[in-house]
Amino acid sequence: MASCRVRSSSIGKLTIIILNCSAIKAASKELERIDNVFYTYANGTSGLIDPEGIERLCSDMEVDHTDVRVLMLAWKMKAEKQGYFTLEEWRVGLKALRADSLSKLKKALPELEKEVRRPSNFVDFYSYAFRYCLTEEKQKSIDIESICQLLHIVLGSQYQAQVDSFVEYLKTQNDYKVINMDQWMGFYRFCDEISYPDLNNYDPELAWPLILDNFVEWVREKQS
Amino acid sequence: MGSKVIEFNEGWDYLQRGITKLKKILDGTPDAQFSSEEYMMIYTTIYNMSTQISPNYSQQLYEKYGEALKEYIKSTVLPSIAEKHGEFMLRELVKRWANHKVMVTWLSRFFNYLDRWFVSSKSLPRLSEAGLVCFREHVYQEVNSNAVACVIDLIDKEREGSQIDRALLKNVVDMFVEVGMGQMEAYEMDFEAEMLADSGEHYSRKAASWILEDSCPDYMVKAEECLRMEKERASHYLHSSSEQKLIEKVQHELLVVHAHQLLDKEHSGCRALIRGDKVEDLSRMFRLYHNLPKGLEPVANVFKQHVADEGKALVQQAEDAASNQQGLNGAGAEVGLVLVRKILELHDKYMGYVNGCFMNHSVFHKALKEAFEVFCNKSVAGSSSAELLAGFSDNILKKGSSEKLSDEAIEETLEKVITLLAYYSDRDLYAEFCRKKLARRLLFDRSGNQDHENSFLTKLKQQCGGQFTSKMQAMVTDMTLTKDMQTNFEQYLGSNPNIKPGIDLSVVVLKTGCWPSYKSSDLNLPEEIVKCVEAFKGFYDTQAKRRKLSWIYSLGTCNLVGKFEPKPMELVVSTYQAALLLLFNDTDRLSFSEISTQLNLTNEDLVRLLHSLSCAKYKILIKEPNTKTVQADDNFVFNYKFTDKMRKIRIPLPPIVDEKKKVTEDVEKERKYAIDAALVRIMKSRKVLSHQKLVMECVEMLQRMFKPDIKAIKKRIEDLITRDYLERDKEDSNMFKYVA
Repeated sequence: MASCRVRSSSIGKLTIIILNCSAIKAASKELERIDNVFYTYANGTSGLIDPEGIERLCSDMEVDHTDVRVLMLAWKMKAEKQGYFTLEEWRVGLKALRADSLSKLKKALPELEKEVRRPSNFVDFYSYAFRYCLTEEKQKSIDIESICQLLHIVLGSQYQAQVDSFVEYLKTQNDYKVINMDQWMGFYRFCDEISYPDLNNYDPELAWPLILDNFVEWVREKQS
Repeated sequence: MGSKVIEFNEGWDYLQRGITKLKKILDGTPDAQFSSEEYMMIYTTIYNMSTQISPNYSQQLYEKYGEALKEYIKSTVLPSIAEKHGEFMLRELVKRWANHKVMVTWLSRFFNYLDRWFVSSKSLPRLSEAGLVCFREHVYQEVNSNAVACVIDLIDKEREGSQIDRALLKNVVDMFVEVGMGQMEAYEMDFEAEMLADSGEHYSRKAASWILEDSCPDYMVKAEECLRMEKERASHYLHSSSEQKLIEKVQHELLVVHAHQLLDKEHSGCRALIRGDKVEDLSRMFRLYHNLPKGLEPVANVFKQHVADEGKALVQQAEDAASNQQGLNGAGAEVGLVLVRKILELHDKYMGYVNGCFMNHSVFHKALKEAFEVFCNKSVAGSSSAELLAGFSDNILKKGSSEKLSDEAIEETLEKVITLLAYYSDRDLYAEFCRKKLARRLLFDRSGNQDHENSFLTKLKQQCGGQFTSKMQAMVTDMTLTKDMQTNFEQYLGSNPNIKPGIDLSVVVLKTGCWPSYKSSDLNLPEEIVKCVEAFKGFYDTQAKRRKLSWIYSLGTCNLVGKFEPKPMELVVSTYQAALLLLFNDTDRLSFSEISTQLNLTNEDLVRLLHSLSCAKYKILIKEPNTKTVQADDNFVFNYKFTDKMRKIRIPLPPIVDEKKKVTEDVEKERKYAIDAALVRIMKSRKVLSHQKLVMECVEMLQRMFKPDIKAIKKRIEDLITRDYLERDKEDSNMFKYVA
């Protein structure tokens, strides 16, 4: 047995190493579990969770697949393609949520929602929601029908009245067939800044997107 | 004199006698005067008394001086003034003032030594000053309010027409000024303020009654006269500083207080004067109001309103006439020409006012401009104002114009049209219509005079910039080039007789891009015409290799000889019509579908074509059945019996497209590009700019060509954002950044 004087620092290092080892072991165990959940829903051939997998996931979590929390989950994962989760994205998301099982994931949803709805995060989430729906490469705008659905999902609970009115307008007008990012973001600013339904502080001389100028005109005409 | 000490009483006694003598002189006693000896004695006495070492009587002398004056004032001056009234009192006052000045002068001379030494060492007022102060405190203070009232009374009497002693008033006023001893306070506070207040009241009363009784012109004449008189009054007997204040006061009472009532008088006010063309009265109105701050604004507003109303009435007239004629085509086009002519006349008339009775003042130029902008941009019966104006200038420039003007008159009228153009916001639309009409004039040889065309383009360029006129200028040049080309072509044919087509052909070569775009269809040409086309193609290839010719048969003209039974006739028709008629060289009768197959035209074109030859004025073809419109199952027979009293007739083919719609669309598109270009240019140089500023600068940049719609600009901004030229600032959604 080699006699060696073990200095306290080396003991410290040793301890850290030992602890790290267990942490790593624990972490790798967690990752294993996360991956396991992933593979439950992934498509065998592609190695991704595809729309069908997401539907099953949703049903297991007992949320509707058009529920906003699914979108929030995608945001947390920074998922790039609508309807698909890669393994990497899945890991990022579930790790951040500290969920390594289906039940933990389900339990994490209310917390996730609160986090997203925080004003500092919501704008980011809102713009993410738009980008997430751009399916084609070089696509810059989204058709009216999809926008209406998206509006309901993302803003419906917070700004129901404005969303309902704007959706009605979008469906009746003929000037625009698609909505672009600038107009999308403009609408959130509108909900956030403009008092509704009186619209008293709306000034069309400012840089509001033209579609909102037209929307306001339409609302005012209806009110009179 | 020696160094004898003079006792005070002794000395004073002696002096007193001198003073008494002085008073006698002042009172006008004849033969009273000082000899030089007496004068010297008095002076020396005082000198001695104030230089002797002890007792030194400087102080007492000084006091005595003041006392002497005071005593005189109290005993003689005041009473003499007080016992008189009115004008007499003023005279007395003036006399006593003059006397006082003389007295002070003499006494100062006597007591002069004091002035030199004693006064300054004791920091006392100088003798002359002390003397004036004496008067001021003992006379002036007592009598001035009376005097003021008197003066004002006299002024008012003069205003009512009486003659007054102006010299007296001048003297009184001078006294007020002098009493101030360098300061104008006495004059201003004691006299001027009262005088101004009184004048104000006087004219306030007058104005109140005149405004009710008099017509506007009469009132103005009176006002002008009053102002003239007051000015004269001021220059005759008031201090110069009062003139301005007096005039302002009077102006205020006469012109400002009742301005609205005066100008708005129903039958004689500003509006009525303009309507009645009362140039002299309007000139007077201008003169009266132009010095007042913002005085001309109400007048200019009435002027603007009147001109705008007259203009609107003209537009309404045209609108009504057009609806009677059912639109502006054909006979209705006359309505448009009449309207423009009347607008030009209106402009001449009221510009005359601006230059004449309104003395070319900028306020009125502005009013005229704004008035014209109100109605010049109104459309009539669906035709935009730009189109109507273009129709008018086209009419002037074409041959056989309905206007029948001399060369000078043409130039003048064109000049006026361009001046009028400044009031139109859709200048680019006007230019585009002009281009279309110019093309027609040039291509169908309807242009009156090359010089007028060029001069018109030069004027248009000055008004709107080169980008408008460069295309049109190129078109005019093309016509010259084409003539040369034609000469060369004929030479070419001369030296190559075998390719001669046997028909005279003249070709106009248009440079793509500067001419309007024309549609042409794939017409099946008759043999004869094909030969012509081939011949020219061959020639052109020798002139300009690498250039491609596109033939526009829809614009061509053909002269045919029709061998009709009664007599042969020359028919001037379009190429399309010629192609159709030549089919009948081989057969007498053709059905619609046969013609259609042979010519290869659209049904729409064919119907139009056949209509012009069988259902219009000249029936070259007989249609079976003889209904009013052409149907697809009709048959057509050559009308051998056709004739007309003329030997040569032109058979018109009306154009299909209402060019109005296309022109408007083209211009809209151009505007989009222009707005885009302007926005990019601005953002490129500014890098970061707020929304409002961007819109403002964009409008300014484009205003020479057209007035951009704010919504259109917004839309273009959004488009530029989508195309990644601009982006919205992340912090402030109202700011835009240029994306390099």
